[in-house]
Amino acid sequence: MTDFIASIPPLYEDWVLHALLWLPVAGLFHVMAAAQDRAKHIAFSWSGTVFVLSLGLWWSFDPGGGGFAMQSSTPWIESWGVSYALGLDGISVFMVMLTTLTTPIAILGSFEYIKTRRKAFYALMLLLQTGVVGVFLATDIFLFYVFFELTLIPMYFIVGIWGGERRIYAAVKFFLYTAVGSLLMLVAILYIYFSSGSGSFSYEAFLGADLTMREQLWLFAAFALAFGIKVPIFPLHTWLPDAHVEAPTPGSVILASLLLKMGTYGFLRFLLPFFPGAAQHPTVVAVMLALGVAGIIYAAWVAAVQPDAKKLVAYTSVAHMGFVVIGVFAMTVNGLQGGLVVMISHGISTGALFLLLGMMYERRHTRRIEDFGGIGRVAPFFATAFVITALASIGLPGTSGFIGEFLALIGTFETHAVTAIIAATGVIFAAYYMLPMVQRVLFNKLEKPENRTFADLSRRECVVLGPLVALMIWIGVHPAPFLRRMEPSVQVVLERVEEARTALFDGAPDPGAGLALSPAGEEE
Amino acid sequence: MLLDYTSSFHYVMALLPEVVLSCWGMVILIMGVVRKDGGGRGQETGWMAVAGLALAAVANGWLYSGVAEDGASAMIAVDRFRLFANWIFILAAALSIVISLAYVTRQKLQAGEYYSLILFATVGMMVMASARDLMVIFLGLELMSIGVYALVGFNRRDRRSAEAGLKYFLLGAFATGFLLFGIALIYGAAGSTNIQMIASAIGAGTTANQLLVPGVALLAIGFGFKVAAVPFHMWTPDVYEGAPTPVTAFMAAAVKAAAFVAFLRVFVVGLEGVYEQWWPILYWLAAITMVVGNVVALAQSNVKRMLAYSSIAHGGYLLVALVAGNDTAVASLLFYLLVYTIMTIAAFAVVVTVGGQSEGNSRIEDYGGLGWRRPVLGVFMTVFLLSLAGFPGTAGFIAKYQLLLGAAEARLWWLSVVLVLTTVVSYWYYLRVAWYMWMKEGDDTAAAIASSADPPFATHAVLVLSAGLIILGGIFPETVLDLAYGSVEGLRLLVAGASQALVP
Repeated sequence: MTDFIASIPPLYEDWVLHALLWLPVAGLFHVMAAAQDRAKHIAFSWSGTVFVLSLGLWWSFDPGGGGFAMQSSTPWIESWGVSYALGLDGISVFMVMLTTLTTPIAILGSFEYIKTRRKAFYALMLLLQTGVVGVFLATDIFLFYVFFELTLIPMYFIVGIWGGERRIYAAVKFFLYTAVGSLLMLVAILYIYFSSGSGSFSYEAFLGADLTMREQLWLFAAFALAFGIKVPIFPLHTWLPDAHVEAPTPGSVILASLLLKMGTYGFLRFLLPFFPGAAQHPTVVAVMLALGVAGIIYAAWVAAVQPDAKKLVAYTSVAHMGFVVIGVFAMTVNGLQGGLVVMISHGISTGALFLLLGMMYERRHTRRIEDFGGIGRVAPFFATAFVITALASIGLPGTSGFIGEFLALIGTFETHAVTAIIAATGVIFAAYYMLPMVQRVLFNKLEKPENRTFADLSRRECVVLGPLVALMIWIGVHPAPFLRRMEPSVQVVLERVEEARTALFDGAPDPGAGLALSPAGEEE
Repeated sequence: MLLDYTSSFHYVMALLPEVVLSCWGMVILIMGVVRKDGGGRGQETGWMAVAGLALAAVANGWLYSGVAEDGASAMIAVDRFRLFANWIFILAAALSIVISLAYVTRQKLQAGEYYSLILFATVGMMVMASARDLMVIFLGLELMSIGVYALVGFNRRDRRSAEAGLKYFLLGAFATGFLLFGIALIYGAAGSTNIQMIASAIGAGTTANQLLVPGVALLAIGFGFKVAAVPFHMWTPDVYEGAPTPVTAFMAAAVKAAAFVAFLRVFVVGLEGVYEQWWPILYWLAAITMVVGNVVALAQSNVKRMLAYSSIAHGGYLLVALVAGNDTAVASLLFYLLVYTIMTIAAFAVVVTVGGQSEGNSRIEDYGGLGWRRPVLGVFMTVFLLSLAGFPGTAGFIAKYQLLLGAAEARLWWLSVVLVLTTVVSYWYYLRVAWYMWMKEGDDTAAAIASSADPPFATHAVLVLSAGLIILGGIFPETVLDLAYGSVEGLRLLVAGASQALVP
């Protein structure tokens, strides 16, 4: 298979990344030129094509030494040292494939949900896809920043135009929260640019910047704020429930599956490698782990009392992302890999949950848990998909959620045992908020007459959910192919961290002694 | 051609764009008298004025590429900094005239006077950009200001326009007094009004500082008024709101650009030696201007007034480039002014279109649902707003980024942080227009406004051209960026030649 894909002329590896990035834009123009009722089919075909193209990555991507594969770089703005540089490594390959998979599914899932202004909607969805793929592929910091910001505009309009009652409030809140972080990050980017003295915005040039501990801490704060809002880390999460609840189903899916991942991806790709010293500063680690755990526990408790199913799922995102944060800041192979698997698993299972909630809303025009009950009896396929997805979200063994959270917890236990133990209670809480919801929706008595006519999954909906459910189980049962592909790249990140540790702490009896800055400035 | 200034003819050559435009302005004035308005006549006069601007642009291009100097002149600069600025003024004037065409006819204004005033004001701006002497700057400033005073109050039948004209005139005259007094003090301190002579006097340490420092402060106030820096901005919202909308566009773009160009030449070149004295003044002016401009814009419910405050905020961003004062910052000032000119005038073009006959339809509610009723207007306005907000993918982002690059090079980290945080504030009010256009349905009034907001062909052309340039500039900015970088080179270098020309 590998040889076959590599032989696709002229050379699959040379053009595939560019195709994944720009085909959705081509699709955007096609959608704009088409008639309103054809828009959804056209958008689906384009994003489906992109998905099929991206499938080849699974075989042709060679994890190798953990560096970037399929790299290409063309000067873009030469006077600033900016280039159009793309690359793929063991971290981004899964994010890219998650994007190419989720987008067509979200589009297909929106066929019945989006009834007005469809051309504009599907055009924005395709623009969003380009933005997200660009974020994961860019190996030039300027290019990354452009795509990172670019994702805001389509999401803003998707939430603001097709959202619920308080859609404008939610859209603007989402926009402004994210913008504050990313603009401060822009200043930090410029600082590194001038510190490195290389006159280039390439990833390698930024790695080469020689920063003092004090500088690292400030820059770390700026980057962590930008990504932390996006993740979102407790207590920066307040935009998330609003945005999720008001967004239309496909918007929620993309938001949960992909946009949140841009934050944690930023942790792995930029935060740790750029500021390995600051990331290991004992106070920084303590704060980040504490926020991660706080997010897990707090979000679980808040989720448990939500009457609105969509808001409940929104809070579970905060909890899951907490696992990623502790996994990353444990700085062990297991922790980082676990974090990555949680990212993938959360993308699949939460995306599926939002799709299921969307289907419930299409049928009953309500999202309140108490309006349902006994659905399992009238819609068995729907109930099956719902249960599997909910279990994957909780992290039951045999599902993808288990692998991720288990690895993240093991990884954390290696270095921070107490944190891991407290975080592990979050898995129990997950059952505590998720299972009652499942029970009240699917099982209790079928009391409400409206629910008797609750239709089971249509064929289109089976196609939407099928791949997601299959993936949840596949990763849960046989995660090795995933772990094998990500390991070298995770090692590269950790080696960089190790290097800094030896440079910083060797010979010093107290790790904190040589560090100049008071930690007051790091969490703003 | 080689200019050696042995004959006055060479001076005429060095001032060719100004000369062409002045003569053309008089032709337009005569056209206005000879051919009575009515029918399409006014429009023809307008297109004639645009043709004159095109000629001036050609003359400017000739100076840019085909002319060398044999020793610099003491009065006027033939450097690329000036010529790049000239293009900005010409573009601003041309775009303003094109969006005025339908407006002038609709409001029954005297086309001849209107267009020739714009041309004369443009000449004044060009003189300001070319000046190497404070007195020449003053001449240019007056020529520009008088034209613009008249333009602001041009619609005599409209009380607000007359009020704005008077207000602008009184405050403007007051500020000019400051500027003139500052020039006098600097003359007293340095013994010359020539920018290069001032610079060398400061460099040699022969200036009387008790005169120089107040002189610099007064100059800063005078220029601060013209660029609408807080706290000298009070006139801006009222004047911008009252003036005929195309004139507001012209003021917000070109008048501000001219003031900044002269401001930069005087401070960064002439007063470089006392940088330590003046940078704190401009530093705080910049910070306060960004904060006040953006925060007050939040509270505006009138789009025209909101754009007025937004232009104050943009003035604040540009002041950051002045504080930084390095080559990147100078280039970024030029590039930013160019981009800013395009996006501001284009945004005002939409305001003119929506404004209607009475010019009253500029409440934000009037934009409700406009995007779905008039998709072309809506999409373009969204592009302009995103560019004004400095969003990636638009030229506004590249321009703002370059400003930040200049500030970062000068290690102005706190000012950079203020810049980006106030930018976030600005997102709110720019997006608010977008959300009214796309996310609200709009009431019956808004529907009626949308149905009558049909841009005439000329305005349409401006919208398409501007949106194209903004997106192109956001994706492939290299060419124009290089041009802007290239325009810095002469700024300091050629002035050194001027001192040799002056010193016997």
